[in-house]
Amino acid sequence: MTELLIALAIGTLTACGLYLMLRRRSFPVILGLSLLSYAVNLFLFASGRLAPGQPPIIGASAAPTDPLPQALVLTAIVISFGMTAVLALLSLGAYLTTGDDCTDTDDAA
Amino acid sequence: MSLALIAALPFIGALTPALTARFGRSFATAVAACFTATALGLILLHLPALLSGTVVQTQINWLPALGLNANFRLDGLALLFAILILGIGLLIQLYARFYLDQGDNYPRLLTYLMLFQGAMLGIVLSDNILLLLVFWELTSLSSFLLIGYWSHLPEARQGARMALTVTGSGGLAMIAGLLLLGKIAGSYDLSQILTQADAIQASPLYLPALVLILLGAFTKSAQFPFHFWLPHAMAAPTPVSAYLHSATMVKAGLFLLARLWPVLSGTEAWTLIVATTGLVTMAFAAKVALFKDDLKAILAYSTVSHLGLVTFLLGLGTKAAAVAAIFHILCHASFKAALFMLAGIVDHAAHTRDIRALGGLRRAMPITFVLTAIASLSMAGVPPLNGFLSKEMMLTEAAQTTLFTPWLAPLLATIAALLSVGYALRFLSHSFLGTAKFDAAHPPHDPGIGLWAAPAVLAVLVVAIGLLPMPLVGWLVDAAASATTGSPQHAHIALWHGVDAPALYLSLLAFGGGLIVLESYPSLRRWWQAVPRPEAKPLFDTTVNILTKTAQHLTQALHNGSLSRNFALALLTIAALGLYGFATGSHGAGARAPTAAPLAVLVGGLLLISATLAATALHRQRLIALLLVGIVGLTLSAGFAYLAAPDLALTQITVEVVTVILMLLTLNLLPQTTPRESSTLRRLRDGALALTVGAGAAALAYALLTRAPAFPPISAFHLAQSLPGAGGHNAVNTIIVDFRGFDTYGEIIVLGIAALLIFALTESLLATKWLARARPDTDAGDPHPVMLRVATRLILPMAMLVGIYLFLRGHNAPGGGFVAGLVFAIGLILQYIASGQDWAVARQRIPQHRLIAAGVVIASLTGAAAWLFDLPFLTSGFTHVHLPPLEDFELATAALFDLGVFLCVLGAVMLALDALARLAKAAR
Repeated sequence: MTELLIALAIGTLTACGLYLMLRRRSFPVILGLSLLSYAVNLFLFASGRLAPGQPPIIGASAAPTDPLPQALVLTAIVISFGMTAVLALLSLGAYLTTGDDCTDTDDAA
Repeated sequence: MSLALIAALPFIGALTPALTARFGRSFATAVAACFTATALGLILLHLPALLSGTVVQTQINWLPALGLNANFRLDGLALLFAILILGIGLLIQLYARFYLDQGDNYPRLLTYLMLFQGAMLGIVLSDNILLLLVFWELTSLSSFLLIGYWSHLPEARQGARMALTVTGSGGLAMIAGLLLLGKIAGSYDLSQILTQADAIQASPLYLPALVLILLGAFTKSAQFPFHFWLPHAMAAPTPVSAYLHSATMVKAGLFLLARLWPVLSGTEAWTLIVATTGLVTMAFAAKVALFKDDLKAILAYSTVSHLGLVTFLLGLGTKAAAVAAIFHILCHASFKAALFMLAGIVDHAAHTRDIRALGGLRRAMPITFVLTAIASLSMAGVPPLNGFLSKEMMLTEAAQTTLFTPWLAPLLATIAALLSVGYALRFLSHSFLGTAKFDAAHPPHDPGIGLWAAPAVLAVLVVAIGLLPMPLVGWLVDAAASATTGSPQHAHIALWHGVDAPALYLSLLAFGGGLIVLESYPSLRRWWQAVPRPEAKPLFDTTVNILTKTAQHLTQALHNGSLSRNFALALLTIAALGLYGFATGSHGAGARAPTAAPLAVLVGGLLLISATLAATALHRQRLIALLLVGIVGLTLSAGFAYLAAPDLALTQITVEVVTVILMLLTLNLLPQTTPRESSTLRRLRDGALALTVGAGAAALAYALLTRAPAFPPISAFHLAQSLPGAGGHNAVNTIIVDFRGFDTYGEIIVLGIAALLIFALTESLLATKWLARARPDTDAGDPHPVMLRVATRLILPMAMLVGIYLFLRGHNAPGGGFVAGLVFAIGLILQYIASGQDWAVARQRIPQHRLIAAGVVIASLTGAAAWLFDLPFLTSGFTHVHLPPLEDFELATAALFDLGVFLCVLGAVMLALDALARLAKAAR
């Protein structure tokens, strides 16, 4: 059951993240990217399969879960902070220099 | 080590002009020449060994797993080319010193020349064919730089581009060819490849490899139909033309043919392709040379013709022909380099290179005349000059050759010889003999010795080799020919072979015909001008234009400046590929036992999903959407905690806090709402696209989660080794700081760079007037409430204590440098929020940049310390210490590395937030 819930969560995060990334203003795009990062991190984590109560700490659990996806996701979370921060600054700079926060340079709506 | 050092010398020399330029051209030239001369001297030190047939080798393993080794070899063939490259290189340095105008950037030319010299020397000294490829591309690159040296001239830029396009494409083909060759031979080392002629020629890959390698060699050596770049390369300064485009670089293709001669030649395909190409090039280019008017263009086409001659000889596949080829490479380099330099002298003196505007220079420039006469008569093949000797050898071989029919090769070879007599004599007579066409009031005159010394040295060689071929160069030709053919060769070069020699009659025919051609030149020229002929340059330009236009259309069709359109296209591709995979593969739930979901988990999952949906639905109200995204992140961290990932939970919750604060600061300066501007149709389209991909992701995740891994995960190793190998109980932490420490090392550097980028962006925004556009909400009540200030003061030491605790226990329990850094950062940010940026900065002792730098330095030093113990970078060590009355505790180098991570994360987060805080303050 938890599997289904996680899969649904990944699907919702992906769909909503992508929808926001398809907007034409920078702020929703950044929020969308955050949601998509959650989805990707959760998916990466899920590739280690679910094992509630079995943390990858030697001695603390009988059959520790796969630590490698966790290590990868841990660094990914920190890096996505760096990416969000850079994007936030870029969008701020674009807004201040051009007067609007539109991400498209063409005029089609 | 010696050979690698020799190969490196010109490259080191290439660095010197930048340093020596201020002391004048002569000094800069002398210093660069010292490097060339030293390399030549070191090569000649190996002479005794080489003449006895030994091959000098130096082997350095570079990437042995890929077969790429810095292996060098010096044998007879490499010796001949090294002498040409370095010997003529010295003469060119001298000539270039006096040739360039005061206004030209001489150090740059000298640098490029040395760079080229190193690349060319590298080609001939390489034993590894992958290494050879590296140098090969370097010669293309340095040739590009040298042709385009006068970059203000359009023809220089166009010529440089054309040369790079043609030789570069050939180089690409050659890469494929040499890789195939290495694959057949099972080694990329020439010493191995050259022993496997039979295996290579028997392989089904022989023909593709041969054709690809020949494409590289033919483009480089300007063989028909790839010859057209060479005349356009004449836009380069004359010293460059003399050096690269006659004496050395264009012979790289010939060198490669000679180098691989033992394994590639002797087959029908080889003879058919190589000999025919050479023969056609030789005759065709000689004809074109006859009708060109620019002195350098005549020499360029003549060079193409002579390169064809050598290609023809190598293509015949006989040992005698190979000897002749080697000898002609030597002879051609001597007279053609001299002729180019002399053409440059005439250009300087008479201010034109157009042969129709020249004439009668004989009296005005006697020294130049004598030298030109020697060199051009040698080019015409007049005895007793060296050009005569090698041309006789070529005609002897041609007379014995059956290519399609017995008469074709001798006929074309004689025609080519005849035409070369014609253009060589025209070159000499139309510029130096006849009536004077120059202004009598300001007659041109011979230059100073600096300019004519270099061609004079070569002219002396032309005569001396012609008179005494065997004592002077017999040993060198023998050594080079032996190395080329793989068996000892003894050349018999002589002026007179007796009246039975067929070459004698062919030569006489060529002379007679050549004189007739010169006599009847005006009528021949009328005929030439009446016949239409395709020009290579317009064809080339059209092709390049079409390609450029296509690329532009494609780019603009895919990316018209709209980010959302670009995203949509990418998503469409992803969705299509995913649907294709879904439709063609098998699917369904897997057999892995499902995990039960308690009520709390269900509630948490539904909270996450509904918060996500709400954030999307309400995204126009930015503040609310941001807070909802924060809720998603916090729920996610609870999920990680439940799903046995305590480290992830800690990281996610702390990152979420700093991210939300950061985004709040950003939003403060941005519009608070997103206008409704997309049409309903477009929103439906975006929704459908997002839903499709989201559904795909969900299905994929579900399929993955309900199956056991297809392969045993590699992390069994990490779990087993965490305690004995890395000395930590927390396997996630040992992976981060130990097993995969190099990844983490890269990551903290990336994080540091991101923070510095933010800092730089902020500085540039602060320096502009645009900040006035931001209208932050300043009317939000008391910015620094007393209660908050008091509370944060109390929280700060506690946060630090928690941070230190998490850091120290990280190796064995959830925690570590990343989390500790984030916890510290949150404690400090709270001070910013409660008391303002001014207050916080006034109390800050260490700037954030230094924290980042210290973090990277500590991590680097920890990693490098492993070298002291002869271990690879970032190998960790640990030990258990017992200090009474304390319990046993552990000291690990990984903890030091983690300290670097901690400092870097703390510095980066603080730098980013501080940047935004400063922007907000400035906007107020």
